[in-house]
Amino acid sequence: MWRSNRQTSTIGYSPCPVGPAALLRRSGYEPCVYPVCIVPGMSIGHTLLGLLEKGPRHGYDLKKAYDERFGQDRPLHYGQVYTTLSRLLRNGLVEEAGVEAGDGPERKRYAITDAGVTDVEHWLATPEKPEPYLQNTLYTKVVLALLSGRRADDVLDVQRAAHLTMMRDLTKRKADGDLADQLICDHALFHLEADLRWLELTAARLGKLKTAVTK
Amino acid sequence: MTSGPMSGPDQTRVLLEAVDLHKSFGPTPALDGAGLGVRAGEVVAVMGPSGSGKSTLLHCLAGILTPDKGTVRYRDVELSAMGDGARSELRRTDFGFVFQFGQLVPELSCLENVALPLRLGSVKRKEAESRAREWLERLEVADVADKRPGETSGGQGQRVAVARALVTGPRVVFADEPTGALDSLNGERVMQLLVTAAKETNAAVVLVTHEPRVAAYSDREVVVRDGKSREMEPVT
Repeated sequence: MWRSNRQTSTIGYSPCPVGPAALLRRSGYEPCVYPVCIVPGMSIGHTLLGLLEKGPRHGYDLKKAYDERFGQDRPLHYGQVYTTLSRLLRNGLVEEAGVEAGDGPERKRYAITDAGVTDVEHWLATPEKPEPYLQNTLYTKVVLALLSGRRADDVLDVQRAAHLTMMRDLTKRKADGDLADQLICDHALFHLEADLRWLELTAARLGKLKTAVTK
Repeated sequence: MTSGPMSGPDQTRVLLEAVDLHKSFGPTPALDGAGLGVRAGEVVAVMGPSGSGKSTLLHCLAGILTPDKGTVRYRDVELSAMGDGARSELRRTDFGFVFQFGQLVPELSCLENVALPLRLGSVKRKEAESRAREWLERLEVADVADKRPGETSGGQGQRVAVARALVTGPRVVFADEPTGALDSLNGERVMQLLVTAAKETNAAVVLVTHEPRVAAYSDREVVVRDGKSREMEPVT
């Protein structure tokens, strides 16, 4: 298993007991054996902001929309939704847009602000750090781009370029390294290659995906 | 020459440039406005799905196919303005080719195969074979010099093909899926040798591949989709 040095999830993560090759640390990779480390850290805040671009919603609606599209295996907890919305509100990325009366308690509606739209734009345009098991995050970005009428192929291509740049870096290091370095680099290269193939396949299926998510 | 296999390209000279290429085979469009510029000493990977037009782009760049519309310029000469004979001569003297398989003449020995482009250019047999042997040594397959291609392994045969592509000192090498028929280890070695030799001779390489790990040997990438090309921006 490979995991970025960046800690992206609160899920239990066991650091590697044995240090990996220094060259891979420099490139942001660290071999791990703890299976749960494959679960990617998803930016819930950005995803909720992206969902709010269609119009104001209250927290329950947002959770439902998130779970339907992105939370098949890991639905959001209500606490996560409201904590995230509070943070977005505090940072000026969403604002309150009235209260919805109903049978139960009143529900606050939230609307994305201009700063929130800019934040989503920036997130979509920024490639993720190339690392294996990014599909959940990338899938989310692609779907949100399609839902908002942005170019999803740009999201995929910017990621593709980032992946190939890292693959070039690893290939160069491999050329100068010993057998151990070569094997470690190969491991990362094969995983990155799998991601890149997924990016290609998704690019080829964007038309169908757009139909599916916007119907 | 000190440049290593992955050293940076010479950014100053665009050797070969295709602009707004259109090419159809009957009613089927293969290229729809594709373009590509290649500098000396640069390795450019051309990627894209099957049937996207990447091999057609390579064939137009090499003057094997003539585009219906658009221009291909090598140095200061437009290829479509050249006659067939002149284009063949250009391909023999300035271009080298490596394909996936089936490119070596089965009746000739590996040494004769590598010497063939020199012999066609009227280089004397002794001189041609001497230079061919040097390239076989450089590609680490001197031991198959007297064997016929059918008696070599896939990896050895592909190295012989690379030697033949480079023996004339080409300015541009066109490689169409050069590792497509090889296992990972052999494919990797062929790529290392091809890129190293090309860098040492400052030849440009246009590398058509669907394998990301092969494309990782390039300096930059162009993706062809539906006959259109897109330059992938390097991430800084």
